[in-house]
Amino acid sequence: MFAQSSRNSVSPVLLLVLLGCVLCPPAQASKVGDMSYVWAVFPPSHGSCALQSSEDIRCKCICPPYRNISGHIYNKNVSQKDCNCLHVVEPMPVPGNDVEAYCLLCECKYEERSTTTIKVIIIIYLSVVGALLLYMAFLVLVDPLIRKPDPYTQPLHNEEDSEDTRSLAAVPTLAGARANTVLERVEGAQQRWKRQVQEQRKTVFDRHKMLS
Amino acid sequence: MDPKGYRRGSFQSATSDEDMLEVAGASVDFSMADDDPPLDREMGGFSSYNGGGMNGTSTMMDFLEEPLPGVGTYEDFNTIDWVREKSRDRDRHREITNRSKESTWALLHSVSDAFSGWLLMLLIGLLAGSLAGLIDISAHWMTDLKEGVCLAGFWFNHEHCCWKSNTTFTDRDKCPEWKSWSQLILGHGEGAFAYILNYLMYVIWALMFSLLAVLLVKGFAPYACGSGIPEIKTILSGFIIRGYLGKWTLVIKTITLVLAVSSGLSLGKEGPLVHVACCCGNILCHLFTKYRKNEAKRREVLSAAAAAGVSVAFGAPIGGVLFSLEEVSYYFPLKTLWRSFFAALVAAFTLRSINPFGNSRLVLFYVEFHMPWHLLELVPFILLGIFGGLWGAFFIRSNIAWCRRRKTTRLGRYPVLEVLVVTAITAVLAFPNEYTRMSTSELISELFNDCGILDSSKLCEYVNDFNSTKGDDLPDRAAGPGVYTAMWQLALALIMKVFITIFTFGMKVPSGLFIPSMAVGAIAGRLLGVAMEQLAFYHHDWAIFSGWCSQGADCITPGLYAMVGAAACLGGVTRMTVSLVVIMFELTGGLEYIVPLMAAAMTSKWVADAVGREGIYDAHIRLNGYPFLEAKEEFSHKTRAMDVMRPRKNDPPLTVITQDTMTVEDVEAIVSSTTYSGYPVVVSRASQRLVGFVLRRDLIISIENARKKQDGIVSTSIICFTDYCPPLPPSSPSVLKLRSILDLSPFTVTDETPMEIVVDIFRKLGLRQCLVTHNGKLLGIITKKDVLKHIAQMANQDPESILFN
Repeated sequence: MFAQSSRNSVSPVLLLVLLGCVLCPPAQASKVGDMSYVWAVFPPSHGSCALQSSEDIRCKCICPPYRNISGHIYNKNVSQKDCNCLHVVEPMPVPGNDVEAYCLLCECKYEERSTTTIKVIIIIYLSVVGALLLYMAFLVLVDPLIRKPDPYTQPLHNEEDSEDTRSLAAVPTLAGARANTVLERVEGAQQRWKRQVQEQRKTVFDRHKMLS
Repeated sequence: MDPKGYRRGSFQSATSDEDMLEVAGASVDFSMADDDPPLDREMGGFSSYNGGGMNGTSTMMDFLEEPLPGVGTYEDFNTIDWVREKSRDRDRHREITNRSKESTWALLHSVSDAFSGWLLMLLIGLLAGSLAGLIDISAHWMTDLKEGVCLAGFWFNHEHCCWKSNTTFTDRDKCPEWKSWSQLILGHGEGAFAYILNYLMYVIWALMFSLLAVLLVKGFAPYACGSGIPEIKTILSGFIIRGYLGKWTLVIKTITLVLAVSSGLSLGKEGPLVHVACCCGNILCHLFTKYRKNEAKRREVLSAAAAAGVSVAFGAPIGGVLFSLEEVSYYFPLKTLWRSFFAALVAAFTLRSINPFGNSRLVLFYVEFHMPWHLLELVPFILLGIFGGLWGAFFIRSNIAWCRRRKTTRLGRYPVLEVLVVTAITAVLAFPNEYTRMSTSELISELFNDCGILDSSKLCEYVNDFNSTKGDDLPDRAAGPGVYTAMWQLALALIMKVFITIFTFGMKVPSGLFIPSMAVGAIAGRLLGVAMEQLAFYHHDWAIFSGWCSQGADCITPGLYAMVGAAACLGGVTRMTVSLVVIMFELTGGLEYIVPLMAAAMTSKWVADAVGREGIYDAHIRLNGYPFLEAKEEFSHKTRAMDVMRPRKNDPPLTVITQDTMTVEDVEAIVSSTTYSGYPVVVSRASQRLVGFVLRRDLIISIENARKKQDGIVSTSIICFTDYCPPLPPSSPSVLKLRSILDLSPFTVTDETPMEIVVDIFRKLGLRQCLVTHNGKLLGIITKKDVLKHIAQMANQDPESILFN
């Protein structure tokens, strides 16, 4: 249960965060820019979704050297249909009749991104990896010390586990009163999961029966 | 035969109650979204089954007439019974339709049942798209982490870090916010020492990522390694692998896929994305009763989920559906086509909203050029096809040989060490060459790219004549020194990738095949394209060029050659046909290139088929011994059913159960002394006339349950499979009625039936076993495993390599 609930709580959160970032309308920026990481930690009080900063949308025009004019890069925050040489390149370095020839050389691209999405996703990913590492450390180091050597659970640690000992191990938890408290159910679920992983490990790594 | 399958439900001794406690404690707690076989859970309540499929019309209020929890489910590593699942679904649907006329609530229930499929597709698309976005963004960031870090925010990769920098035209490739490791540690980025430090940091990061990946796989979800597509193909053909599409496998596969890709290994993420999408599909199936309880319906959902997986990998929804149809699915009903398309579209749309690549594209190497090509260029395209086919056959042979060595020798005992060694070799060889140092997707993107006037990469360093250019239309130009350097570096990269991928695919980390194959093909294609371009430039007066390639014209597009090469190599390895062409032209957005792509794909498939019959996924299925009955090959031998059936001439006779003369003790003895997964039920041993077929698992569960719950059932009780049991003297113990678990319509063939027809029946109906009769009497049984062994024997392969039941 512990293993399952930890997973159960992560995925809806992930989905919600992603859907929230995706479906919230982009608002006109206030500030943001370099302070965007501060915003993520302390959400603004005025609204729920101020996602895209003004620096996240732009039209970028790269113009190579032309005659005696050196190359230049122009950035401007315009919408996608206005993203062409005429709207973005200001001030125009060539006189009126040369504008067309100059603009043919320029390459304009509309780019947008969402820094918040990137930050949220990277932070979620790193936290999941960190949590898994901590859990692995716990299972390897702390768990054997906590768990008292138990005649019923002892066979679980044997590599040459046979089905008989496993069925005997299951018996004490079934006989008598049902293991109803949350902790014991968590324990039971965790034991079941560990057994499953052990079986999988034997199939894949030891007997090489699956996945070559 | 898997001993685990036998022991799961075995009787250690018929009288000990403790052993039976394990089995009798079976609960089908279907509310837990876990793929545990129900046999080792605590006893819970009954889950309400709408019709057991076999006893729908019985009105007896006998305790055992209600379907028991656990009856009708399958053991791990067994094949499902398609016919039974489909008929169960039809019964359920019929019942809901009949009930819908009774009340508004029932009507609503029937409407929601009809819509549940679409809702499920929507959820699968959303989840698959979100996970793909997570994978893309994280992989992008972590790949760049090997080279440096962004000071403006550590979560930015190189491209996003440099987004904001205001640079001039001349140093538009420099970026002060991005610091390489040597710049961070030493303060400057030039010099030999800085280079060595960068090298060292690159190798250390690569080793750290791959070590973390393999430890996570080994510790939490061993099923998460490899590509996943061979196993998913087997699952979709009816095999059960519990835990393969579970929650932990999903989490670990997602996390370790990012780590494996970022560590610079020569692998891709498309195959594992299909596995991830199928896991999403399987997990979300547990929300809907219709799909949770029925294995056949679940496999329809998994086909659609696989389509969604390919769709987000390539940004190609149609290609994804066709891939699912051609490569992954076994049965693909037409209704699944529309739903798969819907799931693929939703997934693609979700991914697009997350916008991982910053320009509303789904794939890093989307190209948009529309240069025309000339008919004479078909010759080099066909050459690329031949190269793709030869490389594909070579790769399959060597990879299978290496994987077989890993399976059978001591090499397989050190998986962690193997991953580390391969990563170390890859990183050490990759860093010096800039084309192997960059991530493979970026390499493909650069190779597909047509050189524009503003491209400053080495590959585009042609001798430019600025005065004669008209706009962005560049003619064929002479290659500058940068191009020559790039050419030999690319050739070295090609050799390295060809060999290192053989050792990488199949390791114990999630590994895909598509991107490395496309990279090999793209490099080969680009080399050929540049060679053709220079040939056309320097010898434009030759007869073959003069007609269409005059001086100053832009006739040869090396980017197109790279694309065709990528398609050829991918086709040679996977033997995809239609889906490959559709994926490639959805990637390029241009219908003009269908003919070159088809020419290359067809040539590559023919050449590869001439050298070796199977694609990489079928070869891995055969290597692992999965019970996959190949649907595409013809069975052309003249054997008959009696040659394949069991028992053979010298074997003991068929183990049968009689319909009303055997006691509980006798049946338990039979079940514990044999390992068959089912037993035919006959009228009597003398007549051997067939009544039906009963499954082992159902028998065990029913008998256990009866011993525990029903009064008066002891070892000497008679088991009765008929409706009207024979009357017994009043002093004898009560009768155990097990008609509800008997399948009354098993498939039979006569012993003279040609095996061609038997194989066809197995394929088309998805049977597990088929009974053989002679003159109306039961003679023997043919199981799917027997069929597979027979096919292997006829093809002169080792029949003992079919491992699973």
